[in-house]
Parts: sequence; structure tokens; C-alpha cells
Amino acid sequence: MSTNQPKLLRVLTVSSHPNRPNALSAVLTFTWRSLKKTVSQLPYMAIDVLIFPVIFLLIFTFMFGGAISGSTGNYLQFLLPGMLVYTVTTMTVYIGISIKTDIDRGVFNRFRTLPFWQPAAIIGTMLVNLLSYAAALATTIAFGLLLGFRPEAGLTGALLALLLVIMYAFSVSWIFACIGVVAKKTESITSMTYIVLYPLMFTSNVFTDTSTMPDWLGPIIAYNPISLASTAARGLMHGTATAQDLITALAGMALFILVFAPLTFRLYRQKAKQ
Amino acid sequence: MTKNNFAVETRGLRKSFGSVEVLKGIDLQVERGTVYAILGPNGAGKTTLVNILSTLIRPDSGTAQVFGLDVVHDADKVRGMVGLTGQFAAVDEELSGRDNLVLFGRLTGYGRKAAYARADELLDAFDLTDAAYRHAGKYSGGMRRRLDIAAAMLVMPDLLFLDEPTTGLDPRSRNGVWDIVRTLVDRGTTVLLTTQYLEEADQLADRLAVIDGGTVIAEGTAAELKASVGSGTVHIRLTKPEQRALAEQVLQRELDAAAVRLHAEPASLSAQVSDPELAARLLTELSREGIETVQFSLGQPSLDEVFLALTGRPAEEEKEENVS
Repeated sequence: MSTNQPKLLRVLTVSSHPNRPNALSAVLTFTWRSLKKTVSQLPYMAIDVLIFPVIFLLIFTFMFGGAISGSTGNYLQFLLPGMLVYTVTTMTVYIGISIKTDIDRGVFNRFRTLPFWQPAAIIGTMLVNLLSYAAALATTIAFGLLLGFRPEAGLTGALLALLLVIMYAFSVSWIFACIGVVAKKTESITSMTYIVLYPLMFTSNVFTDTSTMPDWLGPIIAYNPISLASTAARGLMHGTATAQDLITALAGMALFILVFAPLTFRLYRQKAKQ
Repeated sequence: MTKNNFAVETRGLRKSFGSVEVLKGIDLQVERGTVYAILGPNGAGKTTLVNILSTLIRPDSGTAQVFGLDVVHDADKVRGMVGLTGQFAAVDEELSGRDNLVLFGRLTGYGRKAAYARADELLDAFDLTDAAYRHAGKYSGGMRRRLDIAAAMLVMPDLLFLDEPTTGLDPRSRNGVWDIVRTLVDRGTTVLLTTQYLEEADQLADRLAVIDGGTVIAEGTAAELKASVGSGTVHIRLTKPEQRALAEQVLQRELDAAAVRLHAEPASLSAQVSDPELAARLLTELSREGIETVQFSLGQPSLDEVFLALTGRPAEEEKEENVS
């Protein structure tokens, strides 16, 4: 080591003070970081992006298809748009986990002492998560087509539905980003999946039509954000979407983002300052 | 910006987490260009103190200045001057060493090319070129520590916080880190070292403060602290470990019973003596009892002994630090 002394001294004597990075370059730096990590975790990613969507689509189509819609083909036409929503909903929890991991491992503290626009850490990571949502959705659609699903509004409908579901996932991600900042333990974030997401998913119209349900249940299901998203996705996919369907779905998403994004940034900034 | 000679100056710094008062009024002055050690067991308040000085948390009351800048009101400027390492600010374990330096470099404001150039330059100077593409999580203790320090050197800090920089390192890596710290100080950086290991403070620090239970219980140079405890300590190693109980009796007879300490090594014991002549008498008494010694030396007390004398318990005693 002592042989390195002159080299060390030279490196340490260089004293350039670069200007603080602009917000865009900070966001891009975090997308770069997140991509690097994603690449090293591809095998795990494959489970979420390839295997889960296929398995769930198979289970729901063939187990419930006959019972619910009389035939698996009919059911698939109904189910697939909702399955898109279902697939990404379970993935939104990851943003919370990655924020919590940064906080626990102390990288967060290093970030906080650097002079960049702090929300970039969350936004940059989230942008890469959107790519994995898109990959999981593509798998679901491709496999659905293989099983016989046909979007009645054609390619345009399918693409619009895809876009809507990604926007939906983006909006829900903010809830978990927020939870990730405040959670005491990583496990409590994952358990939120069971406490909040699963009940919401099964009280939605993803799997069944609401017309056979008792009157009191209808409104609850109708205003469940998961239902709003899957109604809109279904409508876009088959060309039956009403303006009201789309407006309610988009309004719900906007509400999530407007409430949870600023809240997350605020809590994130305050995190170490208790 | 008010100019003064201190890199760090705090007055009456207090901080509580809930009902737990972690800092109970800390007064500290660290001169520029020196290595200053903050010594204390886990839970003494070291981490909280550093978090306040590096603007990560705010004090409840009292003031803290870094190079004359208030850590609350001039937080942004202070942040530009300090570097954090270790548990205060970790590296990303899932990225390679090089990617870590590029990441932090970009976030500091280096352009793409400049960030890579700076990263490679630092990897080279810190002997990490061979491990540049390996995940930081797979680094050895010494490599990890060097990467940590390198990450704090992307822009030269005027004040560097080092947290137990050599704990758990083998002697060679330890010397490497010590060399780095000395080079930094030569270059003019002020280093604030926090540690619970006395040897580390003894080796590196110009001055040190011992904190315990949220207050500074002693402050000065290592020599001053040692002198405050007593003029010296005799270290005795016996030929036959089984004679230790007898030797202990002899020492206790001649000295204050509380001054005698048995060491973990079964043939060793030590005692504080107020007067060198007493030491000579001890040697005579031991040989009269037929106790053979391999080593009998009179030296300054170690910082370990200082800590024991100051707090009434050994420095190694662990208390869980559960504040963040």
C-alpha cells in the first residue's frame, strides 16, 4: 500500500468541484443504476415477468372459465384485460422494497449527502420498473393470444389498453413508494400485499362480472380502483369503452399520483431528520 | 462565512429520540487539519453526533458549526464540504466497485466521461483496479473499506467522517487504511474518527473525546488522557499461569486492590501504580514469593485502562444502539 502513496496523494490533490447535476441527469443516473441491477437479477425477474403471468392465466382460464362463463374461450375474452391489471398490481410492491433496501443498507444516507434533486432516486427507479411491468404485460397478452384471446378493437385497442394498465401501475407504485419510505421492516411492505392488495383484487371485477352479485356489493366493487382500471382496459381492448369508463379510471390514477407522489417526496426528505 | 480555526465546533448539542435522550449537551472543538477521535461504546451517541454534523438530522437544541457554517441553516454548504463513510453512508452492494464510483460521481455532478475517468483514477489509487467489475457486496473487508473511502473522495471533502475504518481488518489492510488517512491529513483534510476501539484512536488521532451516555466525559490528547489516569501501569507476564492468583494477592497487598486487573491471556495481569518506585518494590516482592516473570514492564496506561478508569467499566461492554 505504501508504494501507492504518491499516486494516492496525486488523486487526492485534484480538487475539482463539479456543478450540481440537473434533475434530468440525476433521473437518468438512477435509471442507469436500476437497469444495471435488473440485469444482474434477470433470473428472478423472469419468474415475475414470464412464469407468473402464464401460470395465473392458465389457472384462471381453465379452472374457472367453464364455471363462470360457460366456456374457457368466452371467459378468456372477459378475463385477459383484467389479468393485465392483476399482474402489474402485484408487481408494484417492488418499488417499496427497493426504496426500503436503500434506506436499510445506508446507501440512502450517501444519496442524501449528495447535491442532486432527491426525488430522482425514486423516479429513476420507477421508470425502470415500468419496463418490467411492460414485459409482464407483453407476456400475458402474447400467451393470451396463444390460448385464443382476440382483442375486438384490434392492435390499436390492445396497445391503448396496455398503455392504460402501465399508467395504472405507475399510479399504484406511488402508494408502495410511500409505504417503502415509512415502513419499519421490509416484511411489513410485503405483508401489505396480502392485507391490502389481495382483498382489493378479489373484490374487483377482474375475475367475474358484477351483475350476479348482491346489490350492496355492486357499488363497493364498482369504485374499487382495480375494477376501474380493468373496466377501462376491457373496454379499450374490445372497443366498448365509454368516455365515462376512461375518465373515472384516469381520474382515479391522477388522484393516487397527486396524493402519494408529493407525500412520498416529503416523507423521503424528512426520513433521516426525525 | 465566519472564519475560525475550527473544523467542527459544537455547543450544548442535545438530541432525543422519543423519550430517550441520546445527546445531553455536547461541547466539542476540532481544529482544522487534524485527526480527532470520538471514542465511546455502542449507544454512547457517536452516530447521532455525526448525523447532526453531516446535516442528516437536526439537533433539538444547541449549535453545531462545520468550518464556521451552521449545520441547520447552511446545510447545503456543509454538505458540500463533508464526506461520509462506513455505516454513515454505505456503498451499493449490488453494483460493482466501478459502477458505485460512477453512480456517486454522476450524482455529485460529474459528466459521464469525467465520472468514469474519476472512478478509474480512484480505483487505481486505492488498489481496487483488479476488483473494479466485481460486486461491492463480494469485496473483502479491506477492499470494502477502501471503496468506502474512495467514494467519499470523488470530490475532496474538507472534513471526512470515518467510522471504525480498521475494525475487523487484517494488519496489512489496517496499515493500508492508516496510510490513506495520514495522506489525507497531509493534504489538509480534517478527519473525524468515531470508534469504540481504543487502539484505532491511539494510532491515528491527534486529540480525542471520550463520550459515554451522551456527554463528553474526557477530552485531550491520548497522552493527556493517559496521564490523567495515573503515572503508569505495570504489565506482568508470568512464566507459570497457575501462579497468577498468588501474584494477584501480592499486588493487592502492595497496592490498592482496585488497581489490579487480570487479562484475558491467562499468564498476564497489570496494575496501576502512582509511583515508579512502587513498581521496583513489586518486582522484589514477587520474586520473594517465588513467582517467576517473563515480562515486567512499566508503561503508560493503555486507552483501555483510561476508559475503565473514566467510566468504571471496560470499553468493550456492549450496549445495543437502537437509534437511527
